[in-house]
Amino acid sequence: MPLAYVAFYVVIIGPVDLWQLLARPRIAELLSNTVTLAIACMAATAALGVSLAVLVERTDLPGRRLWHGLLVAPLAVPAFVNGYAWVSLDRSVHGFSGAFTVVTLSYYPLVYLPVVAMLRRLDPALEESAWSLGHSRARTFRTVVLPQLRPALLGGALLVGLHLLAEFGALSLLRYPTFTTAIYDQYGSTFNGAAATAMAAVLVMLCLVLLLAELRLRGNRRYARLGRGAARSAVPLALGPSRWPLLGVVGAVVALALGVPAYSLVRWLVVGTSTEFPVAELTEALVATVALALAGAVATTLAAIPVVWLAVRHRGWASTVIERSTYIANALPGIVVGLALVVASLRLVPGIYQTAALLVAAYVILFLPRAVVTVRAGLEQAPIVLDDVAHSLGTGPLATARRVTLPLIAPSLGAGAALVFLAISTELTATLMLSPIGTHTLATEFWSASSELRYGAAAPYALLLVLVSIPATVLLMRSDSPATKTERVPV
Amino acid sequence: MSSLTITGVTKSFGSGASATRAVDDVTLHVPHGSFTTVLGPSGCGKTTLLRLIAGFLMPESGTIAFGDTTVAGAGVRTVAPQARRVGYVPQEGALFPHLDVAANIAFGLPRAARGSQEGNDRVVEMLDLVELPTDFRDRRPDELSGGQQQRVALARSLAPQPAVVLLDEPFSSLDASLRGSTSRAVRRALEATNTTALLVTHDQNEALSLADQVAVMRAGRLVQSAPPSEVYLSPTDPQVAEFVGRAVVLPGTATDARATCALGEVVLIEPTNGPVALMIRPEQVFVDLAHDEGVRGTVEEVSYYGHDCAVQVRLDDGTSVLARMAGVRHPGPGDTVHLRVTGLVRAYHPAGTT
Repeated sequence: MPLAYVAFYVVIIGPVDLWQLLARPRIAELLSNTVTLAIACMAATAALGVSLAVLVERTDLPGRRLWHGLLVAPLAVPAFVNGYAWVSLDRSVHGFSGAFTVVTLSYYPLVYLPVVAMLRRLDPALEESAWSLGHSRARTFRTVVLPQLRPALLGGALLVGLHLLAEFGALSLLRYPTFTTAIYDQYGSTFNGAAATAMAAVLVMLCLVLLLAELRLRGNRRYARLGRGAARSAVPLALGPSRWPLLGVVGAVVALALGVPAYSLVRWLVVGTSTEFPVAELTEALVATVALALAGAVATTLAAIPVVWLAVRHRGWASTVIERSTYIANALPGIVVGLALVVASLRLVPGIYQTAALLVAAYVILFLPRAVVTVRAGLEQAPIVLDDVAHSLGTGPLATARRVTLPLIAPSLGAGAALVFLAISTELTATLMLSPIGTHTLATEFWSASSELRYGAAAPYALLLVLVSIPATVLLMRSDSPATKTERVPV
Repeated sequence: MSSLTITGVTKSFGSGASATRAVDDVTLHVPHGSFTTVLGPSGCGKTTLLRLIAGFLMPESGTIAFGDTTVAGAGVRTVAPQARRVGYVPQEGALFPHLDVAANIAFGLPRAARGSQEGNDRVVEMLDLVELPTDFRDRRPDELSGGQQQRVALARSLAPQPAVVLLDEPFSSLDASLRGSTSRAVRRALEATNTTALLVTHDQNEALSLADQVAVMRAGRLVQSAPPSEVYLSPTDPQVAEFVGRAVVLPGTATDARATCALGEVVLIEPTNGPVALMIRPEQVFVDLAHDEGVRGTVEEVSYYGHDCAVQVRLDDGTSVLARMAGVRHPGPGDTVHLRVTGLVRAYHPAGTT
């Protein structure tokens, strides 16, 4: 629907006006800013993610398990909290270099996690075959391991790209203008619908390019293990004396990605509590957040059930289109969804503008893909043959759904709802645009404090946001979780 | 319990020119309380036939009747699967993973019986029937071996006293030793309850050893249904012969009760005349290591199984023949042997009619 809105609006604006809106130096600057940052961050996260994954999974680095946990942990820090942490420590962190540093440190786990999962799945017998054929360890890595890591690596990097295009909070705090921040400014300052929509159209195009690239990659390649039987774990590479400098590198990454936000948070918490510690407001924000997240999680999960049912049980072009379109929504930045719903509600049903219902609708659009992936994995565990057996034992379709299918998919419904709940709790952009007047959530309170440079006041909210993100991160860390496949972290 | 009668049942998949007839005009009768196996290679339509009987698919034409009750066919309101009282045992058992063994077995019992003493007794009775210990009732499906899962699946299908039990390749995922013991246990349970059963398989040993009647399917058509020994000894055509057990099919010329072929002169079961295809079982080919009597050939390959061995022999005229002999003394590759045919031979006219 937001897509339709953007397309519809672009048509209304007309090609001439659209050209005038877009062919401005400001747009060119935004475009170059966005694309440069996206490419630089995708390259940096790819390099960082793969090297860290190989170090942790395939070498005898001391304390590998501990490092693995620490390297995934930055996912629990929403990027805008991370941006706040850096900026509040050192005002000189801003512009391209600042944005590059913060975004790379926030998002490298998106590459690291799938690559680690892939490295664990790879059958070492493949590498052993290559060695026995006379290839050196380095050459084997290049010719055998790296090609198999490619889907995980590129998939992760594209995910970083999608996140970056949608990123608003961190980039706004770091004063690095991209399309997303510009749309928000345009919307906030002048309420210029046409200009904001024109930029949203460009942003959506960029997202779709990335999404198509990812779908292409995912669809065409099969790197599954061919043989049966349990895969052995690989023999770790002995690092020798070089282990200590490498350990230093890993330590430095953890210090920058985790240490800086932790230090900054604690520091501002100490400073902030000495001045003000608004327990009542904190509680109010927490209650509002939980209420919205609960409503959003329930609505999203309920919406996912028919989509998944059609996709798994009634394969056909229509069900495929429906399922795919939810994945396109996966690439839609919160800002575009927010903008679309604002304009659509004002034009069509003014009554629901600034209501919680509209905000929940935005959450459903944003997080439906996440619920679909999880619920789908659950329904695939309930093969159709069980329904056949139940029918043959005399149960009708309704009784079968109640006694067989529902009990089987209940855990995945719960997991999907939990994931959506956590994602909504830390969602910033759409919440900022759509939350009803007078409703304050953790994210909006954090934002109003930190954007007014009241860093101390923002700290308790930031801490709560991080705490809320931890369970979702733990879920993600389980590499067998279906969520790792197309997961997006809240932005 | 009742008999099962299938009359002229046809089912196609796809539409227009690309439509394929998965089940083509099949007629089959399974007498009350008997066990029939449907044997055919994968893709021959045997699973489709089973799903038609269970009611998961609708036939395009023909009728399916349980006893005197027609459940599907022209002019009859099709009975839904849940009202047909068929016990369905799919591949790998398909136990409900969220229920324990007792709840799985009781699944098809009426609501009142579930959880009552009567239902409990039925569960125990069924466990006993499939030769599993009573304390298995509290186990989860993932705590059972493949063979035990199949037994529970059978118990589940038998608990509501179905009219017919349908088994879809129930033993194909079990390893060889389990397959034997599980299939015999299943057979005993079906016999004890006097249940009409239809089992689908591509394994000819399973088909021949379990059933009262074997129905051979090929490309959607039922080509022969007869007791196991008849299917093996008098297959309707050479293709059935080659599918049910190994067979040597040689061209020959028949003159009344005898025929000549590459293996010399053979005696026919039924006299006939003219050019024929002769079906000879490998165990009918006698391999003479000591004498020069018979047709000379050179051993190409020997597969030694212990109790017997299969010897592939190239005759001097170039024909390749398979012989089966006891494993006590056997030739090696390259040896020269002499072959003779023992016993009676079935002859087919090239069109396929005897």
